[in-house]
Amino acid sequence: MKTIAVLGGGVSGHTAAQFLKRKLGKNHRVIVVTPNAKWNWIPSNIWVGIGEMKKEDVTFELAPVYKKMNIEYLQAKAVSIHPNGQDKDNSPYVKIEYTGQGKVGQQEELKYDYLINATGPKLNFHKTEGIGPEHGNTVSVCTYDHAEHAFKEFNGIIEKLRRGEEATIVIGTGHGTCTCQGAAFEYLMNIDHKITSLGLKDKANIIYITNEARLGDFGVGGMHLKKGGYITHSKVFAESLFAEREIGWITGAHVEKVEKGTIHFEQLDGQKRSINYDFGMLIPPFSGVGITAVDNDGSDITEKLFKPNGFMIVDADYTGKEYKDWSAKDWPQTLQNPEWSNIFAVGIAFAPPHAISEPRKSVNGTPIAPTPPRTGMPSAMMGKAVALSICDMIKNNNTTPRHTACMSEMGAACVASTGSNLINGSAVSMTMFPIVQNFEKYPEHGRSLSLTFGEVGLAGHWIKTLLHYLFIYKAKAKPLWWLIPE
Amino acid sequence: MSLIRKERPYEKAEFAPKPTWIVRFLRQNVLFQFYRFIMINIKMIKLIFKSHK
Repeated sequence: MKTIAVLGGGVSGHTAAQFLKRKLGKNHRVIVVTPNAKWNWIPSNIWVGIGEMKKEDVTFELAPVYKKMNIEYLQAKAVSIHPNGQDKDNSPYVKIEYTGQGKVGQQEELKYDYLINATGPKLNFHKTEGIGPEHGNTVSVCTYDHAEHAFKEFNGIIEKLRRGEEATIVIGTGHGTCTCQGAAFEYLMNIDHKITSLGLKDKANIIYITNEARLGDFGVGGMHLKKGGYITHSKVFAESLFAEREIGWITGAHVEKVEKGTIHFEQLDGQKRSINYDFGMLIPPFSGVGITAVDNDGSDITEKLFKPNGFMIVDADYTGKEYKDWSAKDWPQTLQNPEWSNIFAVGIAFAPPHAISEPRKSVNGTPIAPTPPRTGMPSAMMGKAVALSICDMIKNNNTTPRHTACMSEMGAACVASTGSNLINGSAVSMTMFPIVQNFEKYPEHGRSLSLTFGEVGLAGHWIKTLLHYLFIYKAKAKPLWWLIPE
Repeated sequence: MSLIRKERPYEKAEFAPKPTWIVRFLRQNVLFQFYRFIMINIKMIKLIFKSHK
């Protein structure tokens, strides 16, 4: 009997655990270690943040689902990984610390045969002074609790607008190295839709602030789309959406500090500016969750398993190439750690070889460029691919993973949907294939023009609503869940 | 140059393409959008199958 430990119960970790159990059955143990009691369909947090959904609509309790699937569930966080065991016992283990189940603070050693790191990000609010809902002056939609708080604050702004007062709303990224521009963009579109539908737009000044050098970059260097007989860049597409809605934009911005009512930022031209605001939602930068690695003699080997940003080393090319030398081949295929063949990382937890967007610095040397997005659809595909590889490795008793989930060979969809019912909603639907430009395969634009597209309309809103219910159905492991693609 | 590029004549947003009434109508027209729903789903299914290995 083999034991597979999955660290993290988010989209990628939960998907991996589901497929592992389905393929391996009762003969092997699958253990999920996650500090959370609930699973969260994070893309729908946006709707919680504007009051179209309650947090109960985007979450469910993990324990009953894991009990039904015969997956062991430990409500705990990983503290350290011991890939070579301890002293003369070379059985690898993870030191965990409970966050629930009546054992809060207790530590335990969990032995494993295979380990999947799917811990997701640490929300690094402290990297920018004054951002974040707990100790700062801005709200967030990164968790369901944050989104619920954001809605309460947003309600205050609605009341202000209703009283006939003007308000400035700033949505975007809270640091020069942020990712997840898609979430900020979707929240922005929803805020605009809500204010417009309430007839309050003439009093609201809505502004998007981003570390993208130009609109439409989305952390993937932008994309080319077929539109009206032309091949146009997503910059044109995004600027059109903003101009139509009279939303202002500030690009190439690194938010340095947020005071109550004022956001201070530096732009690529080196100028330091500030803007007054009444309501701000700024996405924080991400890092790894801070797990350490320890050798069997007690020495720290964290640098062998993790990059300095806390993300796990996998089969990527980390040689630090110049931008002009970046290649689709730099991106990991199997997500296996090169030193320990029984360790994998999926979703946000793996260390990307470099950015996807062109790296930029301000004239003062401040890095202002998006880091690569790897949430949602790609993270679920990685979870499934790694689960299938581990099943093969167990069944064939070898160390070579057969399944791949490479970001330069897989696509992604982003649907930024607004509206509360099936008739008056709208959405910006975008897909790209592949996520990382593959100029070896698509020399002109780096992506397939038939599978990369963007359009606006009610249809996207239907798709987003359908996806919300389908993915929650799948995550609850209801009948035939495995037929629903990632 | 205005720091906050909001749509005003002669500023940058003025040069962004904006949809005509027919485009705005079709975006909300249920019949046309049902057709687009089918087409977008077909594209997404193709993308999903091409992404899985």
